[in-house]
Amino acid sequence: MSSLLHSLRRLPTISYVSAILIFFYLPIFVLITYSFNQAQYSLLWHGFSWHWYQNLWADRDLWVAAGHSLLLGVTAATIAMTIGGLAAITLHRYLFSGKQLLHALVFVLILSPDIVMGIALLILFSLINIPLGFWSLLLAHITFCIPFVVVTVYSRIVSFDPDIFEAATDLGATDMIIFTRIILPLLWPALFAGWLLSFTLSLDDVIISYFVSGPGFDILPLRIYSMVRAGVKPEINALCSVMFAVTVALVVLSQLLIRKKK
Amino acid sequence: MKSDHLLKHGSITLIWFWLLAFALIPFGLVTIASFLSHSDSHLIQLPFTLSNYVQLNNIVYLKIFEESFYVAGGCTLLCLVLGYPFAYIIARLQTRFRSLLILLIIIPFWTSSLIRSYAMITLLKPEGLINSTLRWLHIISQPLPLLFNDTAVMIGLVYNLLPFMVLPLLTNIERLDGRLVDAARDLGANRFTTFRKVILPLTLPGILAGCILVFLPAMTIFYIPDLLGGSKTILLGNLIQNQFLVAQNWPLGSAISVIFTLLLIVLLVIYWANMRGRMQEELSA
Repeated sequence: MSSLLHSLRRLPTISYVSAILIFFYLPIFVLITYSFNQAQYSLLWHGFSWHWYQNLWADRDLWVAAGHSLLLGVTAATIAMTIGGLAAITLHRYLFSGKQLLHALVFVLILSPDIVMGIALLILFSLINIPLGFWSLLLAHITFCIPFVVVTVYSRIVSFDPDIFEAATDLGATDMIIFTRIILPLLWPALFAGWLLSFTLSLDDVIISYFVSGPGFDILPLRIYSMVRAGVKPEINALCSVMFAVTVALVVLSQLLIRKKK
Repeated sequence: MKSDHLLKHGSITLIWFWLLAFALIPFGLVTIASFLSHSDSHLIQLPFTLSNYVQLNNIVYLKIFEESFYVAGGCTLLCLVLGYPFAYIIARLQTRFRSLLILLIIIPFWTSSLIRSYAMITLLKPEGLINSTLRWLHIISQPLPLLFNDTAVMIGLVYNLLPFMVLPLLTNIERLDGRLVDAARDLGANRFTTFRKVILPLTLPGILAGCILVFLPAMTIFYIPDLLGGSKTILLGNLIQNQFLVAQNWPLGSAISVIFTLLLIVLLVIYWANMRGRMQEELSA
């Protein structure tokens, strides 16, 4: 009886949480459902169909854009992981002048809206004559991924027992040995999580890419944007569903890696 | 020992080089560009001038600034009102579903906001889920114009940015020492007083972080007014995008984003004054 009363008391809270979660997920759920609907424009269910996915599969241009996005994402994530990971380790291990400033800069970059970085890089690239295309996109994507890698890796490294490093130093280990034998083995889940999040960011970025991409190098998020602007076609439902599924998988994996030892 | 030296100084040089070259210098260039003149053939040229800023003191631009401010402010307020109780409930929850719930908030934080905006369109459009359901229930006979207006833009913004309010709040509330709340209650404070005098001040950093993460993007995610507002709503982001990619007036576009960046700096100063260095904890969620 008391447990029933207890559950009833919690009913408003439970319904509130559910309402917000429904708000988050209902549109996505509808989108995915209708990517399998046979009907072209109607919302009425006309039966299950792979038709729109088959259309996507046959779309050559889309494959080219997907290939570009994959190349860009993998390269940007790898370089951002290296630079951001080293930065996080450095911020934790060493004292150096400008350390506070570096810390602050990383967080300002996370907070600053994409559009500001987009136009700033556009001006930079046109000033130093970097043609808009793969290279401009790569430099931009590395730049907006680095702060997220730093934060992800740093929050893991501060949870390490500082005695480990001291013990290693006492036993005569150089920084290089500490780095390769202690830090890297302990830190790889966070580094990999940073890589996955960077890849996701790169795959999803519209605003910055919109400013620094060129006509010769089409990427998926911009392709989706132009498709959505052109009008509602059922293939977009399918494409968005695929993209959503891929990013959810990446995000879940990254969260598992970060949370493993908490 | 030589490799140690290389590791330390190499890393520091690398990160500083990157941030200088691709963040600080570009931001400096925007500021310089905002004081240069516009030309059709060269995009940007000398001489230095204040005319871009003077030009912004014009009813058309002021109206856009004003509207951006109201829309972003309204969106931030809505996200706070919806998100605070949500974050509070989840942070205090004692169930095995807790990590699943947190994951469900993290997913929209990282997945494409363009795709989520598009998903919102499929809900709001004339033959979308809401209109179809209402017609099926015979509540309406004609589809309601849910899309291509200010309300649609607001729904889209809140839908997209709510996770950015909830996550910093969640991290902050999780760290809140429950004993302080108990102590306040034991000492005779009612729920409202406990909230106002204990919980609210202690979660202020999370509130401020969430507000910054919502307020600024709300003005600048140009594709939401574009797609959900049917290009009728013009916010700051649309204006900047237009000046750079359509009107090709880079100096004017730069001036707008300099003003916008000043707004960011003001917000950060307020934040820092309230935080004193605890910033990273809020964001390392």
